[in-house]
Amino acid sequence: MSSRFRTIDACATVAFAALAAVALSGCERERRDYTGTAPPPPASETVRVGDLQPGEHEAPEADPHGRYFEGNAYHVNQGTQLYKAFNCTGCHANGGGGIGPALMDAEWRYGGSIEQIHASIVQGRPNGMPSFRGKIPDDQIWEIAAYVRTLSGNAPKYVAGGGRQGMAVAPPTSRLPTLQPRTTESGQ
Amino acid sequence: MSPVRASGAVRRALGACALALLIGVPFPGLAGIPSAGVNGDWTMAAHDYSSTRFSPLREVTTGNVGGLKVAFTFSTGVDRGQEAAPIVAGNTMYIVTPFPNVLYALDLTQPGAPVKWKYEPHPQAAAQGVACCDVVNRGAVYWQGKVIMNTLDGITLAVDAATGKLLWRTPLGDINKGESITMAPLVVKGKVLVGNAGGEFGVRGWLVALDATTGKVDWKVYNTGPDSEVGIGPGFHPFYAGDRGTDLGKTTWPPGAWKIGGGTVWGWISYDPKLNLIFHGTGNPGPWNADQRPGDNKWTSGIFARDPDTGAARWYLGFSPHDLFDYDAVNESLLLDFPVAGRGTRAVIVRPERNGFIYVLDRRTGQVLSADPFTAVNSILRIDTATGRPVPNPDKQPRSGRVTRGICPASPGAKDWNPSAFSPQTGLVYIPHINLCMDWMTGEVNYIAGTPYVGADAKMYAAPGRPRGELLAWDPVKRRAAWKINEDLPLWSGALATAGDLVFYGTMDGWFKAADARTGAVLWKFNTGSGIIGQPVSYRGPDGHQYVAVLSGVGGWAGALVVGKLDSRDATAGGGLANAVPDLARKTQTGGTLYVFALPDH
Repeated sequence: MSSRFRTIDACATVAFAALAAVALSGCERERRDYTGTAPPPPASETVRVGDLQPGEHEAPEADPHGRYFEGNAYHVNQGTQLYKAFNCTGCHANGGGGIGPALMDAEWRYGGSIEQIHASIVQGRPNGMPSFRGKIPDDQIWEIAAYVRTLSGNAPKYVAGGGRQGMAVAPPTSRLPTLQPRTTESGQ
Repeated sequence: MSPVRASGAVRRALGACALALLIGVPFPGLAGIPSAGVNGDWTMAAHDYSSTRFSPLREVTTGNVGGLKVAFTFSTGVDRGQEAAPIVAGNTMYIVTPFPNVLYALDLTQPGAPVKWKYEPHPQAAAQGVACCDVVNRGAVYWQGKVIMNTLDGITLAVDAATGKLLWRTPLGDINKGESITMAPLVVKGKVLVGNAGGEFGVRGWLVALDATTGKVDWKVYNTGPDSEVGIGPGFHPFYAGDRGTDLGKTTWPPGAWKIGGGTVWGWISYDPKLNLIFHGTGNPGPWNADQRPGDNKWTSGIFARDPDTGAARWYLGFSPHDLFDYDAVNESLLLDFPVAGRGTRAVIVRPERNGFIYVLDRRTGQVLSADPFTAVNSILRIDTATGRPVPNPDKQPRSGRVTRGICPASPGAKDWNPSAFSPQTGLVYIPHINLCMDWMTGEVNYIAGTPYVGADAKMYAAPGRPRGELLAWDPVKRRAAWKINEDLPLWSGALATAGDLVFYGTMDGWFKAADARTGAVLWKFNTGSGIIGQPVSYRGPDGHQYVAVLSGVGGWAGALVVGKLDSRDATAGGGLANAVPDLARKTQTGGTLYVFALPDH
């Protein structure tokens, strides 16, 4: 590598450092992967629905797959469309619930992490949640789950939508307070 | 004496004493004394085939109702919306709970009415996912030693009324197609009439008749599709030309859309033995987004008269052809006889319809004799009696992707499922109803079997200047209100009229009230702890005294905010109805308790 290139590298490093300082002092921003390839999904179903584990508590495995969708404005936006297209609105409305539970509050019968939401959509749940395994492509289920996370303010603000489709029936997802998911009794 | 009479069916049901009253014989001094000879049972949700919900018992009167006290209570063990009517036959009361649809028999001869037996049908839990508006059940029916009921997952069953032993069980619906059953069955001429629910899931609506002894399907008709499956044949004579033609249940839809077009039978059925006709409404077309189904969408949101022996259709009237706003037409049909337009007594149907008009129909022909608005209505300009059709207001015509504001009434209509009562003594129809308007936006929806097929966002609120609930006493002869009681919360309970000149009803914040049937003055009230959305009934106990019973326990569509823990920050939660009752969660909690009242000084 020639010295000229090293100079350019040095300049770039300085410029990058300056930009990084600005970025750090400013707001968070999305680091989007434009290659469109998600990290591989978990090899096996590792999601737990309940909080109680006999004996030693094992923390959930960090799964880059879910993080990838959750932190990506494009996928969240796709999820917004798919949530309507697959009739999620019919039961859960625009997050407030109806036939099914609300998705914009802190209460999660079967867990509120993106992995748990994904599992609920894939597997279905006994009190009326249909199982969409084999009915919706898996990447699209992750996109729907990523959108659902925004409804309770649990996606990074820089990926949550600034507005809503339709007649502005609920606050913009980027303005919703972040509610710490807590699991509740299964209810009805 | 009122010129209005209940039809023949109710006259027979009421027995000799009440009959004498109906035909005009005065009964001085009878008030306060149990009317011996009158059968004090309540064997079907609507009390009688004419759907009057009128009890001929007169021990509890306007004079002594202030002393009404709790006689006993019973916990149903289920804290979802209690819409059922308690059923009383002989010395036993029968109660069906919301999902999981437990059937209890209570022994009325014992202090505290202990459980005689209980039957648990164990419906599929997944059925809760296809119940549009809480997991309700509107009650059982007693018939010749059997108690017959429906389960949320689409099964009709009969148990021995004495032992609780299962006699037969007939699966009728498929939850994977979105079908459920919430209605109270009715037995006519030994046939159990049952219809499906699921108009928000793109089901195809049907009505079946089962042999009450064996549970075998006798006939089944659909409310969309080809004439052969709708029961339309040479005996079908609709009054209006627009309902005549071939296979209109197919041709008034986009190709194939009738297969997922709704027209369910989740409401009430009445029966006129003299004409040998049953009358039932048909539910909303699917999806709610009307742009996806150009045409009249027959035979949804209307009323059929059918032959109970075969199911064959005799006439039809569409209350809301090409229904724009989910104005399902499943409400009760009161079969009454009274003079119309000064031209002699006619056999009519009085029908407080969800679209905001109270119809009077000729029950032989289906002709609209009158149709008057009974709440704020702006979605329909008037009912054209030349065609029988509503004239829609073009200003409230929804278009896909656009918001239409200020539509009155809202989707649950001026009145939803909760049934009216009629007193032959006052000649008034007592209509428990709501005053809500809405903003509405439709959009294209995909049909996915077993999931909601709606395509509309609604945001509901109180009709400007009106209370959200109202008990309206309507004079069907003079075609005007006699009096009304304002209720702050939507009124979602049924009404009961009694020969003591009382009207009973309940409110969503738990009050059970008795009003003077002639003036509307509230004479007595009691708070049951949870909102009342059930059907009050009155019966004579084994001790010969009059009792009034109601199930307390908020829920239903209007109570979904509380039972479903909805989040009203989303104005479309619960189909948009949660937005109209954001205060409900402060005013009531879930419950599920039977309350039975009587005068204490027996």
